[in-house]
Amino acid sequence: MSVGEALPHESAALHVTGQALYTDDLVHRTRRVLHAHPVCSPHAHARVLRLDPAAALEVPGVVRVLTADDVPGTNDAGVKHDEPLFPEIVMFVGHAVCWVLGETLEAARLGAAAVEVDYEPLPSIVALTEAIEAESFQGGQPVVTRGDVELGLAGATHVFSGTTEMAGQEHFYLETHASLALVDEGGQVFVHSSTQHPTETQEIVAHVLGRQSHEVTVQCLRMGGGFGGKEMQPHGFAAVAALGATLTGRPVRLRLDRTHDMTMTGKRHGFHAQWRVGFDDDGKLTALEATLTSDGGWSLDLSEPVLARALCHVDNAYWIPHVRVAGRVAHTHKTSQTAFRGFGGPQGMLVIEDVLGRCAPLLGLDPVELRRRNFYVDGQATPYGQVVRHPERVVAAWEQVLETGDVARRRREVADFNAAHEHAKRALAVTPLKFGISFNFTAFNQAGALVHVYKDGSVLINHGGTEMGQGLHTKMLQVAATGLGVPMERVRLAPTRTDKVPNTSATAASSSADLNGGAVKDACDQILARLREVDAGRGLPWDELVREAYFGRVQLWAAGFYRTEGIHWDSAMMQGHPFKYFAYGVAAAEVEVDGFTGTYTTRRVDIVQDAGDSLSPLVDLGQVEGGFVQGMGWLTLEDLRWDESDGKGRGRLTTQSASTYKLPSLSELPDELNVALLEHAHEDGVVHGSKAVGEPPLMLAFSVREALREAAAAFGPPGISVDLPSPATPEAVFWAVERARTSGEHHLAVGLPGVVPDRKDPDAPSLHPASEQPATAPTGA
Amino acid sequence: MPEHQITVNGQPRALSGVPAHTNALDFLRGIELTGAKEGCAEGECGACAVLVCRPAGDGSRWTAVNSCLVPAEALAGQEVVTSEGLGTPDHLHPVQAEMARAGGSQCGYCTPGFVCSMAAEFYRPDRPDRPDGFDVEAVSGNLCRCTGYRPIRDAALALGSPAAGDALAERQQRSAPSAVGRPADLAEALTLLREHPDATVVAGSTDLGVEVNLRGRRSPYAVYVDRVPELRTLSTGEVIEIGAGLALSEVEEGLGGAVPLLDLVWPLFASPLIRNGATIGGNLGTASPIGDLPPALLALEASVVAASPDGEREVALADWFSGYRETELRPGELIRAVRIPRPLAGLTAFHKIAKRRADDISSVAIGFALDVEDGVVTRARIGLGGVAATPIRALATEAALEGRPWTSETIEAAALVMRDEGSPLDDHRASAAYRSAMLGNALRRLWAEMGA
Repeated sequence: MSVGEALPHESAALHVTGQALYTDDLVHRTRRVLHAHPVCSPHAHARVLRLDPAAALEVPGVVRVLTADDVPGTNDAGVKHDEPLFPEIVMFVGHAVCWVLGETLEAARLGAAAVEVDYEPLPSIVALTEAIEAESFQGGQPVVTRGDVELGLAGATHVFSGTTEMAGQEHFYLETHASLALVDEGGQVFVHSSTQHPTETQEIVAHVLGRQSHEVTVQCLRMGGGFGGKEMQPHGFAAVAALGATLTGRPVRLRLDRTHDMTMTGKRHGFHAQWRVGFDDDGKLTALEATLTSDGGWSLDLSEPVLARALCHVDNAYWIPHVRVAGRVAHTHKTSQTAFRGFGGPQGMLVIEDVLGRCAPLLGLDPVELRRRNFYVDGQATPYGQVVRHPERVVAAWEQVLETGDVARRRREVADFNAAHEHAKRALAVTPLKFGISFNFTAFNQAGALVHVYKDGSVLINHGGTEMGQGLHTKMLQVAATGLGVPMERVRLAPTRTDKVPNTSATAASSSADLNGGAVKDACDQILARLREVDAGRGLPWDELVREAYFGRVQLWAAGFYRTEGIHWDSAMMQGHPFKYFAYGVAAAEVEVDGFTGTYTTRRVDIVQDAGDSLSPLVDLGQVEGGFVQGMGWLTLEDLRWDESDGKGRGRLTTQSASTYKLPSLSELPDELNVALLEHAHEDGVVHGSKAVGEPPLMLAFSVREALREAAAAFGPPGISVDLPSPATPEAVFWAVERARTSGEHHLAVGLPGVVPDRKDPDAPSLHPASEQPATAPTGA
Repeated sequence: MPEHQITVNGQPRALSGVPAHTNALDFLRGIELTGAKEGCAEGECGACAVLVCRPAGDGSRWTAVNSCLVPAEALAGQEVVTSEGLGTPDHLHPVQAEMARAGGSQCGYCTPGFVCSMAAEFYRPDRPDRPDGFDVEAVSGNLCRCTGYRPIRDAALALGSPAAGDALAERQQRSAPSAVGRPADLAEALTLLREHPDATVVAGSTDLGVEVNLRGRRSPYAVYVDRVPELRTLSTGEVIEIGAGLALSEVEEGLGGAVPLLDLVWPLFASPLIRNGATIGGNLGTASPIGDLPPALLALEASVVAASPDGEREVALADWFSGYRETELRPGELIRAVRIPRPLAGLTAFHKIAKRRADDISSVAIGFALDVEDGVVTRARIGLGGVAATPIRALATEAALEGRPWTSETIEAAALVMRDEGSPLDDHRASAAYRSAMLGNALRRLWAEMGA
């Protein structure tokens, strides 16, 4: 058996020796390549009055300048038709107005600098709060409602309200966006692209070129990280490369350098939330009203589904009887914010965790106890109507963390330490996680695979998912080996490409192992069924059986297909059963904060994550640890700063490089990090009883943020509520410590009416994807 | 060896036809060694790390450097090993085998760089031969976005020693290739500078490389001074003198703890990948107001030795910085060395305030050098970075300390003075208010850690 074995990444030996190929590595093996360089807008919002490439063409080595006039098809890089590939009006600093092709990258760069562009600056909206003030919104405004919030608040013993803001996050995949486009015989186009969504890249390339999909093939060997940043963003770059290749007949390479990648591509959405919450005498939640506004940037991109997932995760693991959570997407002159590991879930969950962390001291409750009291129990449903299956798993994980993490003893030690130290304080916080698995967008919950058994018994598999380090290919090899009953070394996996498996969904939403694993297994089952007939109970060795089947003219390959059963969703009503299941986890984090500077260390973290019956435990462990640290980065360190002044640099991302945007390094690794996968966690109806694990662990990092809040509070008198910005950088923690020490002030309102969240604009549309069932469909519960 | 080639993974590779601004990374990738990757092009991520054979004592040392920063030309005549040269999928190098086994690679993009940084530490001759003898700090200049680092740390700590007969370990017994195609001595370097007034002086290229990669700087002529013998001296006698062309990691090793304050700076100064290239001469020549060395060297009352064809002159560091990124260095002059006078202060400390603990640029950096005799502060020297257009001395605070009793009252009074030193700005690293608060708290922290 291979499924369930702890195997290294299938490409590990290639990774460590530098032999693994990524898109841009192919350039050096390709002849006559042209290099593309953008001409980027210095303005956050401006009309292009004149664009003259003449001077660029004088630069030695410049071959061509691509402009809107060159587009034979649709001048659009997205699927919502709001992302002109060559814009007449630039919408953010860094927006490319044209691209220069050169014999060398140096020539293309110098050519781009020579292109003359005249702009007429237009008024811009940069800060999210500016957009809210100006009511600058885009797309639908969904609302999740259950019960009667007014009733729930009126009946509460304690009502608090406030606002919560959180910053976005740069993906900072180590491999920046890259495309290499070549023209085949007959002018067909082949694009190597660092894309999580090859099918959509193919579609965008086709519509820009005015071709049919079958004339365009997109291949992704592997990516040097994606994290959602290559789900929607690669399309335009692939289209530019493809356009250049078709116009020049030569291969065109487009690789963003880090500064371009950070200034041009979308990020995790920052959010702003206004909320009111009620608790009863026991500290149980009675009602939550909130309005979440995401910073969508200049185009709609994936902002609507990200918002929908945020609204569907405001409850996290907690039962809230009366709920009204409204959402809207701000339109700002920034990069087009997009998918990022968690896809809105983290932002939604941060709201309730922030609420609980700030309210617990005012309720006189230990935050650990407050959270525990509000967990879902069997039979309860989410605000959007899906019954929460296996809520006892949160409790099991919670108790396991408390026990293996020795939390009770360590919290006493923390108290002793704090009593003995004036200038340093520690805290230990525990937070739960519940994350829905499946695309909210029902149609995406399908996948295909090709499994070939050759005459010699060797197996080649191909599926619709892409590899970006998450170990999907490793898992698929394991599923195929197990499915056919052959050793791993008899199975090889071929790179993802759209002419093998068509109409694929993005490798996203944590569900690629579920979906593609289902498809691979289906193909294996078909082949095995035919082989069983050939074998007729004789128990022939694999090679012999295969040979005999071939000579018996039995088909030795199969196309597999999978679609997730039992899910439905109505995004107009924001009701249904959108998720196949929930992934659960719990983390306990201990931090120490230095009172002089606000700097901190994470001393120890204990995690229990529900990965079902893990397909590949080493891969899953890597996802949990990596996701956790990435979440820590978002919540504590990574600081996207946009120039919100009225100066010349307005709208510019001021942290646009690795030297100014700091992601976690080895120094942020907790001194002790213990991760366990929840046992007895079989999930019915998913391939081999496994569960998705890509995104959920990111949200375990709330434990660190809450611990920082409590450590800051420990510098002040008991029982104070601490506001903590996100990210909680050392400076932010320092000011929280100062407030705790001096005034103890916080920004919560107590009692009604308090901060009343903005209500939905009645004229604003709901969300309305095409593929859904109405909410009146029978619920899955 | 002919001048215009680099030995890569044991094979001579021609440099002819490679443009002068081409960095080593692009050169290597151009010859289809694509293991090293560009992740940031400014020496922050380590995805481009490779091994270079550098002089060390009688032998040599495999040193990991960011190939994105070093001009290919600067490696002429030298030996380079990349991840491809360490091992193959069928014959993994021990470092590669541990990384693969431990789950140290996910997307794999940063992995070749990690492998090279780890290999440099693996081959460190004085590394203790025990499982935890690996200094994980060696990979602190490499960023990974996937794993969360735990398996990488575990892989490093699981490494043993090089096997007998390991070719790269044996290579370290012999001297590094001599530097060819560059000034052989100071006189030649100064002559080149006189003949090429527009020349760029290059040592580790950790700052210049960023200018070249990110801001398109193209120098018509470069003088490589990292192998000029007069710039590679180090003495710890009556006056401590540090050659301007030594890499900071070489300075650290050569000083052997002779200047305790500098030992507090090294771990906080960028990363090993940078310290393996960066030099004191470069740090003082660049004259960044947020450089990490000036606050410490100001506190140490260091001076700069500038050499010209007319001889040498010594400039007190306190007088060295003439404006934002400007110094008193005259045309045709070369920073030859830095001098630190004895006696060294008895009480020294270095505080660096930054967002991230390792490999970050400081918001505020403070060097303290104090003498306390019989309960009285007899001398106070405090250098500050990040609070003015240049690194500065905290003169008012020094005055508020000197001659006063070494008590919490003195500290508190001086802290209020120190809070107002400089003229800090708001930027993406920190607010002005935070910078001022950090200045004020620095003395309090010093007192809490070292007082009474």
